[in-house]
Amino acid sequence: MNYPVVVEVTLRDGIADPEGATIEKALPALGFTGVARVRAGKSFRMEIDAVDESAALEKATALAERLLSNPVIENAVARSAVGS
Amino acid sequence: MARIGVVVFPGSNCEYDAFSAVTSLGAQAQFIWHSQTDLDGVDGVILPGGFAHGDYLRPGALARFSPVMEAVATFARAGGAVLGICNGFQVLTEAGLLPGALQKNRGLTFLCQPTTVIVESTNSVLTRGATQGEELVIPINHFSGSYTCDDATLASLEANNQIVLRYKDNPNGSRADIAGVSNVDGNVVGLMPHPERAMSTLLGSADGRVLLEGFVHAPVGAR
Repeated sequence: MNYPVVVEVTLRDGIADPEGATIEKALPALGFTGVARVRAGKSFRMEIDAVDESAALEKATALAERLLSNPVIENAVARSAVGS
Repeated sequence: MARIGVVVFPGSNCEYDAFSAVTSLGAQAQFIWHSQTDLDGVDGVILPGGFAHGDYLRPGALARFSPVMEAVATFARAGGAVLGICNGFQVLTEAGLLPGALQKNRGLTFLCQPTTVIVESTNSVLTRGATQGEELVIPINHFSGSYTCDDATLASLEANNQIVLRYKDNPNGSRADIAGVSNVDGNVVGLMPHPERAMSTLLGSADGRVLLEGFVHAPVGAR
């Protein structure tokens, strides 16, 4: 069966994020105050053929660590996208 | 005569500059297409600048899985001389052949300008012909050239003399002003500046010669 999965890749804590910082600085000019700690990242959607959901997530985590993220600077989290 | 392989990925765009720099120094150059699985017995390998595989995902992320990279890794582990310039540096970090990673520049601007770098270590295949403390003017041309690594990695880079070049005026936010690093043995080197574009005073600078001369003339030459 195919399980829909989302993988989110974000920069690890302590790694400078000039993109997130620039977005954060732009927000007050648009009237959005009180927004802090903006971090930019990437999101990947996929369908994974697996026996059950946990096997699908395991596969997604493995491929996220191998290819979708660079573990030197990024974290990757896989979650189920059923119903989203 | 030393024979230097210049790896060509789909999206490389500095391979002809590298090829011509190598031949202008009296060595032989040959292109190695990324789908090759062997290095044809070359004495040294250059991974040139460009946008291998479109820089999709992250610069170097897909190039590291090109078939040729297995041969490059084997060659590097056997002591062969490997040089990654700009995108080639990004490929080497993604492949785990050099520590750290290259991030988007501080300020999020593409930088294309001459920069002054200081030779920090001469214990590498790239800098063995240079003098420690020497200042070289070499152009940079990148969007993701901000070198980053964790504290432990930085400490070991310092301890093992692996920081090869530093920027005099850090243009991109690189940690510890790092412009180039080597592996522990000094046979694998990556740098963001383009020495192959600094080969003639007529074109702005000939300071790249001292670096590439050292690289092409006495490659460690594991085959």
